[in-house]
Parts: sequence; C-alpha cells; structure tokens
Amino acid sequence: MSDEPTGPRLPRDRGPVSAAVISTLRGGGPPAAGDAAATADPYGDDLQLALYVAYELHYRGFAGVDPALEWDPDLLRLRAVLERRFLDALRADATRHEDAAGALDELLVEPAGGDGVPHVLERSGTRDQLREYAAQRSLYHLKEADPHAWVLPRLWGRAKAGMAAVEFDEFGGGRPERVHAQLFADLMTDLGLDTAYGRYLDAASAEMLALVNLMSLFGLHRALRGALVGHFAAVEVTSSPASRRLAAAMRRAGAGPAAEFFYTEHVEADAVHEQVVRHEVVDGLLAAEPHLERDVAFGIDTTGFLEDRFGERLLAAWRAGESSLRVAIGPDLAHVP
Amino acid sequence: MPSEASEPADPRAVRRLTLEKDGPLLVEGPVEVRLEDGTVVSSDRFCVALCRCRRSKRYPWCDTSHRRRTRR
Repeated sequence: MSDEPTGPRLPRDRGPVSAAVISTLRGGGPPAAGDAAATADPYGDDLQLALYVAYELHYRGFAGVDPALEWDPDLLRLRAVLERRFLDALRADATRHEDAAGALDELLVEPAGGDGVPHVLERSGTRDQLREYAAQRSLYHLKEADPHAWVLPRLWGRAKAGMAAVEFDEFGGGRPERVHAQLFADLMTDLGLDTAYGRYLDAASAEMLALVNLMSLFGLHRALRGALVGHFAAVEVTSSPASRRLAAAMRRAGAGPAAEFFYTEHVEADAVHEQVVRHEVVDGLLAAEPHLERDVAFGIDTTGFLEDRFGERLLAAWRAGESSLRVAIGPDLAHVP
Repeated sequence: MPSEASEPADPRAVRRLTLEKDGPLLVEGPVEVRLEDGTVVSSDRFCVALCRCRRSKRYPWCDTSHRRRTRR
C-alpha cells in the first residue's frame, strides 16, 4: 500500500489522545494513549480531534498517510473507547424525547425574537464574523451530505427512496457545479477563504468537531441508523429558516453572489427536504422498524444539543470581542482595499 | 370522484400533488410556474414545495414562513 500522495495535512495534536492517533497515522505503530482515552473530556478538544482524525480516514484521508489504516484494528479499538465516552455523555446530557414526532414538533415552531447565531449575523454580522463562521462550518459543508450517504444500504422502501432523492439533490442532481459542497467552496471564495479540503481543521473549535463527529458516528454504525435519520431530519427542518437569515447576513455584508446563493439555495431546497425527510424517511423508517423510535429522537435531541453548544461558543467569543477560532485563518484573499 | 386509493392508478398518467397540513403544496419537479403578472419561474428539483400561505419571501417557492411562531 502506498501513502496518499495528496490531501489535507495532519493537524496539530490537542493533547495525549489526539497525539497518539496522529502518531499512528504518521506510521508510528499502534496508538499509545494509555489512561488518557478513558478519562478525556468527552466534548473536549483532545478527544474530539482524535475522533475527527480517526473518522477522516473514511472520507479523504491525509497526505502521506497509509489509506489502509482506515481498518487498522488498534486504531479502531481506541476509536471505540472514544465513541463510547462521547455516546455515554450524549445519552446523559442530550436526551429529551422518547418519540420522534414530539422531538420534531418542537423544531417546527419558530421562536419569535430568537437570539441564535443566524439572528446575530443577520442583525449585525461583520465580514470577519462571517468568515469565521464559514471557516468553522467548512469542516462539514466541504463534505456536505457525505456522512449521511452511509445510511443508504441500511434503509429500504420509502425511507431509502426518500433519502436517496434528498441526497441526489445535495449532490447537485447530477451536475458537479451544483454539488452543495461546491456551492460552499464558492461561498468561501467570495469570503476570501482558502477552499482546500481540511484547510481549517486546526482552526476549528471542539464544538464544531463534535458536530461533524456526531454525523460520522451515526453514519458509520448501522446500529445507529435511527439516530442518523433523526439527525438528518433535525438538520433539514432547522436549515431553511436559519439559511434565510444567513442569506440576509451575506447580502447585508456585501459578501458576494455565491455566498448569498449558498444560503438562498438552502432556503428552497431544505423547505422541500424537510417534507421528504419527515414523511418518507422518518415515517418510512419507523413504519418498517418501529423499535428505532427512541434512536430517531436521540438523533434529533443530540443534534440540537451540539448545535446549541457550538452557537454558544461563537456568541461567547464575540461578546468578549474575541474569535472562536483556535488559530488565525489568514488574510482575506478577496479583500480589495 | 373522491378516491381512497393510496397510489394513483397509473403514476405515469397522473401527477399527484400533496397538500401539507398548514404547509406547502408538494409537486414532483421539474416545474414551471406562471405567476399572476405573467412571468414564468422554474425549478428542476425532484420535488418542489409551493407556498400556500403567501408569507414566503421567495414566492412561489416555500421558505417555511408558514411555521407557527411563539414567544419564548
């Protein structure tokens, strides 16, 4: 097996567990995390980066890393310990509903006078804040809908047909220039960001890593297919109104046509996806496998929980006049003085 | 005549539209919509959600503005 010739660079470690995983990827043999894996903060930088790097082997890997490490038993054993810590914490902290309909109904009500990140960016977002938000979100949007594709072989009938239809739309309906990940890269260009996959991994905060890790965790485990479907439903139901505000924020800041289009496209697309996911995917899955009800609700609840944590991280930094990023993201490539 | 059939008799001959309770009208795409002023807009999405509440800022497409709003 030869190492990947291209791809993102390995990130800097954030503690002993992520250092052990990165060392294994550099060819250093089985990861030696010791007790650190069993005691790491389940939402902290070290555990979340270790999981993120381990999962990335299933997506595009890293430059200079042997792609066969994707199925390395020692790495998978350590990953399982980290997944267990993350899942246990989520079950204790995020579970709020036992039924999917109850969890979704709450999301279908728009709070008047909301104060989340999209509201703040719509009202007063600066170009720097929009760039910071996009750099963080790029960890997901440059692989938008990829983690969800893993659920397709685990579904059948209505759920499979509905999920495949929505994914087809996410992947551009057969046109590469319309792939949502490409539309996000175009947004990044408008905002003067580097569009290279994985470029902002070092900059992203633990709260953003946790959101992507949640999707990878649910997507890679067939046992968690109900949670993956619930997660996807929560994203699609909440996306349209948030995208409306973010499109307004981009317009207000004069970010450019591609930046605005990414979000206006999501206003319309996700108004459709919401209906298909609720009626075909969630209802279809639960008609076929009613025992997954609590898993679907868990996927919805955990998504809201981790989204709230991410939003609070951004708003706390901005209130303090600081950046939520761990390292500076470099000069504005599009800025014309 | 009203029918209770769960699927159209011949899906190729009949296009089914779906009315969402307190929500949009769903129609299989691609579609063109001629608006009251004569302009024609189009969408080639596999499924298109048409606004019924008239609150959409992207009319005739649904933008979820039909949702209930609450003070919290």
